[in-house]
Amino acid sequence: MNDDKMFDAEVFISASLRIGVFLSAIVVAIGLIAYFFSGTTGYPAGEFPTSVAGVFSGLLQLKPAALISLGLFLLIATPVFRVGASVIIFIIERDHLYTVITLLVFGILLFSLIFGKAL
Amino acid sequence: MLLSTSIFIFLSSLVAGLIGALLGLGGGIIIIPVLTLMLGIPIHEAIGASIVSVIATSSGSAIAYVRDKITNIRIGMFLETATTVGAITGAFIASHISVKALYITFALLMFYSAATMTRKRNARYIEGQVQEDPIAKRLSMSGQYFDKALHTEIHYQVAHVIPGWLVNYTAGILSGLLGIGGGAFKVLGMDVFMRLPMKVSTATSNFMIGVTAAASAGVYFTRGDIDPVVAGPVAIGVLIGALAGTRIMVRLNSKTLRLLFIPILLLIAIQMLWKAWWM
Repeated sequence: MNDDKMFDAEVFISASLRIGVFLSAIVVAIGLIAYFFSGTTGYPAGEFPTSVAGVFSGLLQLKPAALISLGLFLLIATPVFRVGASVIIFIIERDHLYTVITLLVFGILLFSLIFGKAL
Repeated sequence: MLLSTSIFIFLSSLVAGLIGALLGLGGGIIIIPVLTLMLGIPIHEAIGASIVSVIATSSGSAIAYVRDKITNIRIGMFLETATTVGAITGAFIASHISVKALYITFALLMFYSAATMTRKRNARYIEGQVQEDPIAKRLSMSGQYFDKALHTEIHYQVAHVIPGWLVNYTAGILSGLLGIGGGAFKVLGMDVFMRLPMKVSTATSNFMIGVTAAASAGVYFTRGDIDPVVAGPVAIGVLIGALAGTRIMVRLNSKTLRLLFIPILLLIAIQMLWKAWWM
């Protein structure tokens, strides 16, 4: 590992995590505040969106629960995004071994996200 | 849901995030009992919330640990091949093996690990004492970090890469199959087998747990296990707790971390036996 690399991989990963985490926290917080001020989730008791399409159609109607779910989506996406960002970093650093290792993890991750239901 | 219930979930999550960030765990061992036993929330929603908690602890604490280079990204990425494949294996074999027997086996392993850690609780990390594994050298895994408790730069080598990989594979199976104990097993694998400094083990475990959890989060979401009203306050509480936890962890010494880790291992073991009992 050379010290005079173009940019700091750790700082980049840390910064991308920070953006994801703060963005999701803000969206979840706004959703919770909207829920407690309006006194309703926007859905009948015990119901909430369980699909991406459901969340987005709820968002168009400004339903508080849909807003919270969007924030949770962003949170769930941060580790996936982090692995993707690491692939790019290892490519930039011309670290072929770790590019392959990270691509492998990214592939397994996408595999389980896509085929997760069937497992 | 009542505002007071929501605040109670938030405060419990704050504690879960704090402990999780200190010890490299996801906080499920606190979130699940609080939600089910104290608030009567259905177990599937509690598990969904604990998946959110794992991701929040992981991403929240990694902000500081990665920046401060306590997390070893290479070791993390390498071991993620083990944990993710393990999680998929766990999901595949779930219907073919006795989960009850597995709970009991792992509970015993946790008790044994707690005993081992108690014996070596005073062990200090001594530089140059670890015999570097040739595989670790090939994968340029050795690293260094500045220890704020010791006010010194710690250089470390990595031993027993293959056993470490296998323990992490098992940790993946554990998270895929049982949903608890994955983080603790990762820490054990890195601390006991790969002989990493305790702080590097917990920070790298923290870095990894979010990826394994994210892989299964999609399933929980479509199944309707992630109730926004429950998981929302969990997410916020855990994030704030984890951010605070990172500030505390860097100033603690490894002995204190170990002493905190031992009762948590026992707690996980007891929860596993509890679950086995009710199966």
